[in-house]
Amino acid sequence: MDMTLIAGSALASGPEIIVIIGACAALMISLLPNARQENLLASLSIIIIALAAGMSFALPESSQREYSGMFVVDSFSKYFKMVLYLATALTVLMSGKYLVKEGVVKGEYYVLLLFALVGTMIMVSGTDLLIIYVGIELQAISIYVLVGFLKADARSNEAALKYIILGAFSSGILLYGMSLFYGLSGTTNLDAIAEALFSPDFDNPMLLMATLFMLVGLLFKVGAVPFHMWVPDIYEGAPSPITAFMSVAAKAAAFAVILRIFLDELFVLSPIWLLGVSGIAILSMALGSLAALVQTNIKRMLAYSSIAHAGFLLLGLIAGGANGVASIMQYVVVFTFMNLGMFAIIILLNKGVKFGEPIESFAGLSKTHPMLALMTMIFLFSLAGIPPTGGFFVKFYVLLALIETGYIWLAVIAVLLSAVAAWFYLRIIMLMYVHEPSVKPDIHITLPMQIVLAVTVLGTVLTGIFPTWLLEAARSAALLGMG
Amino acid sequence: MELPILSVLIFLPAIAVIILPFLRTNAVVRWFTLIVLFVDFLIAVWLLVAFDTSTADMQFRESREWVPSLGIGYRLGIDGVSVWFIFLTALLGWICVLASWNSIKHRVKEFMASLLAIQSMMIGVFCALDVFLFYVLWEAMLIPMYLIIGIWGGKNRIYAAFKFFLFTLAGSLLFLIGILVLYFEGGRTFDMLALMAAEYSFKVQAGVFIAFLIAFAVKIPMVPFHTWLPDAHVQAPTAGSIILAGVLLKMGAYGFIRFSLPMLPDASQYFAPMMIALSALAIVYGGLLALAQTDIKKLVAYSSVSHMGFITLGLFTLNVNGMSGAVIQMFNHGITTGALFLFVGLIYERTHSREIPQYGGMIKAVPLFGILFATFLLSSMAVPGTNGFVGEILVLSGTFAVNGWAASAGVVGALIGAAYLLGIYRQVLLGPVKVPDDNKIWDLDNREILCAVPLLIFVFWMGLYPKSFLTILQPTLENLLLQLAVTGAGG
Repeated sequence: MDMTLIAGSALASGPEIIVIIGACAALMISLLPNARQENLLASLSIIIIALAAGMSFALPESSQREYSGMFVVDSFSKYFKMVLYLATALTVLMSGKYLVKEGVVKGEYYVLLLFALVGTMIMVSGTDLLIIYVGIELQAISIYVLVGFLKADARSNEAALKYIILGAFSSGILLYGMSLFYGLSGTTNLDAIAEALFSPDFDNPMLLMATLFMLVGLLFKVGAVPFHMWVPDIYEGAPSPITAFMSVAAKAAAFAVILRIFLDELFVLSPIWLLGVSGIAILSMALGSLAALVQTNIKRMLAYSSIAHAGFLLLGLIAGGANGVASIMQYVVVFTFMNLGMFAIIILLNKGVKFGEPIESFAGLSKTHPMLALMTMIFLFSLAGIPPTGGFFVKFYVLLALIETGYIWLAVIAVLLSAVAAWFYLRIIMLMYVHEPSVKPDIHITLPMQIVLAVTVLGTVLTGIFPTWLLEAARSAALLGMG
Repeated sequence: MELPILSVLIFLPAIAVIILPFLRTNAVVRWFTLIVLFVDFLIAVWLLVAFDTSTADMQFRESREWVPSLGIGYRLGIDGVSVWFIFLTALLGWICVLASWNSIKHRVKEFMASLLAIQSMMIGVFCALDVFLFYVLWEAMLIPMYLIIGIWGGKNRIYAAFKFFLFTLAGSLLFLIGILVLYFEGGRTFDMLALMAAEYSFKVQAGVFIAFLIAFAVKIPMVPFHTWLPDAHVQAPTAGSIILAGVLLKMGAYGFIRFSLPMLPDASQYFAPMMIALSALAIVYGGLLALAQTDIKKLVAYSSVSHMGFITLGLFTLNVNGMSGAVIQMFNHGITTGALFLFVGLIYERTHSREIPQYGGMIKAVPLFGILFATFLLSSMAVPGTNGFVGEILVLSGTFAVNGWAASAGVVGALIGAAYLLGIYRQVLLGPVKVPDDNKIWDLDNREILCAVPLLIFVFWMGLYPKSFLTILQPTLENLLLQLAVTGAGG
């Protein structure tokens, strides 16, 4: 290969390279015997993420295919990478205190988090099934370890084991679908597959199987019903910051892959999956909302809530078109703000792993910490989709895209189910504002935590009141990237 | 540039919410809220004075871009109908502060913040000329109301707050779907005036009408969507009940005037008989339910269902008498039922009981209280000379022109109304003096008189000289009927 080509490719994947080198450096530093390495590694991670973000920002807007068409830098991937940087940085900021409290201060934590970030970045940039698979696995394996990071806690260990087994299983299904595509078209490159499928003499019943296997593998990653069984257990068992990371970054990347494969490159397949995905979306919203009603653990409740949100996001996929894609892209940003904010609050209220995370820990919060209670209320109303928060606008936009394509009944079902979902968010608000606090919780809000809360609250509110900026960013990225 | 008066009206309370956390004592918080809401009221009065009655166009218009790529704008403007509701909202706003001066003892700051926030949103809803803006405020309003009922309500407040929130939310979300359908059919804009000017096929109109109907029927509430109302009213604190009865219930009817009638004229005419039947049902059924109550607050709540039936009845007669009667009745209901809830609250503050049979002889024990309460009961009964009479007579005369049976049901409903209201009058005010659990009872103090007097003025002003109200309403309603007739004939 020509040197300039290699240089160009390396430049295009600069952000990934920065994060990988940074992660390796962090690994080295974590081996040094130094008492304050915890803060050092956290700050280093933030710097690495900032550098990668700067690099991504500096790369040209126009779509650029590198590594012989396996890896792309376009505004679509850039948009998603910005979401991933944001989510990872916030996760790093909210981790420090948590790790100290749980007594698992270890350098590997940040290293693994950075590797998970690289995995998700590769997922959003991959235009070749193999590259996408490598990204998914890199991300998943890092997270397997992180889920089991609380070595002394049985729930964490159980969650890690479950996640590895189910994750491996789903990866197998995904890989099987990919291999069928390879068998059908003789290539793993999405462009080339699309070309093969478009040819007039192409007619093979195996296409149905290939599509279904690949779709199921990916839907497992986003936790849509009926591939959701792992979500509650793993969300509950994993360390809270990791749950937060999974619920936004891993999910956003999986949606990016779904969008790229099913709405852009292999759009011809849409008649095969449209009906099935509609059913899955409805089931996810219904089961997520109904099961969340009876949860007593806040993390389990948020797990079901995120299943319901995944269902709502799938509606954007069904809607398709520029608005459908942009609606998902905008949704993941707002979801990052509100869900990470909620997890930050959970981490603050955490009394140590053996107490679990009962919903009752919110009781009387408005008496003891009025500001925190107010923020929690904003996050919860946003998750419920009540204006004037960002959570409302993104749901509104998904519905707009859906009705544009003519799926009015689907929209009606979706809104009725989101009215059901409002119930369990409201329950926490009532706990905070009506009930008396049992014991005064001992809450110290450190500086990184203050930053996390400020960013997430402002993000949640501003995306609701002034949605234009984010909307235009998502729309232009959707149009340029998916054009 | 001219002063954007509507924005000032909307944002004044909103800005006050931001200042509120920095105030120290509860007394300062109360005075601050009172002053802000009173200034807001003065602006609303000025609006009424400056309102031009010679035109049916929207006045005091403001327009700014908000989300241009989706056709969403910050568009404001008022006509002869909305100007009255802005006035009513602003009037009840500061009365609510006075009404909760002593009865709200804990979390005063949060309570006053909720009152300010809801005032800002309610006025915004009546000013909005952009459907998206309207919807955002309409739904955001649930948050402060939910908190008012849930935090400061009675024993069963949590259940009531949930029921209120979820009923209204489910309805509103269907409204949202209807809006989005109109958005795509009407040329991808959320500009209300453009959507009114666009023409829709009958199929679209009918579907959207049903979606809107469910949303508005929950809010009004119409039978059979009324079950949240008694719970919410009984549990809500006095100020919550006043806002709920005075303004929030009106929003459903206002929705019909703003959306269903001008945007969906064919469907409105098609569904008018059904609406009339449902309204007649609500009048009689609500009245019968009220007759069976012994809890005075519940009784007033059910009487609201009956009175709101008159409003929808008047609106769907689709003639000028019925419709102006309906709008006047909306205003009346805000004044009178607001006042009744105020007095129920005052009784409760004194005796901590709402059971009607436990009272008696109030007029002897506390004469001023008794006389004012009696006046508002009579106004709710629609006795000639009070505001209720003007509204009901216009609605009934409009209905007789369309449907004799429905009008008869209205008359029966009015009779039932007289029965239960006179029942309260007899049991609570007349007879030997009786007070539950031998609580101490005292007459109105200056603060309470100050709450009641403005409402009393409107009872008689409207009752004796309704022309000043009608002149402002008439051009708008005639224009609305013109829209109905023109598109009705064309479509």
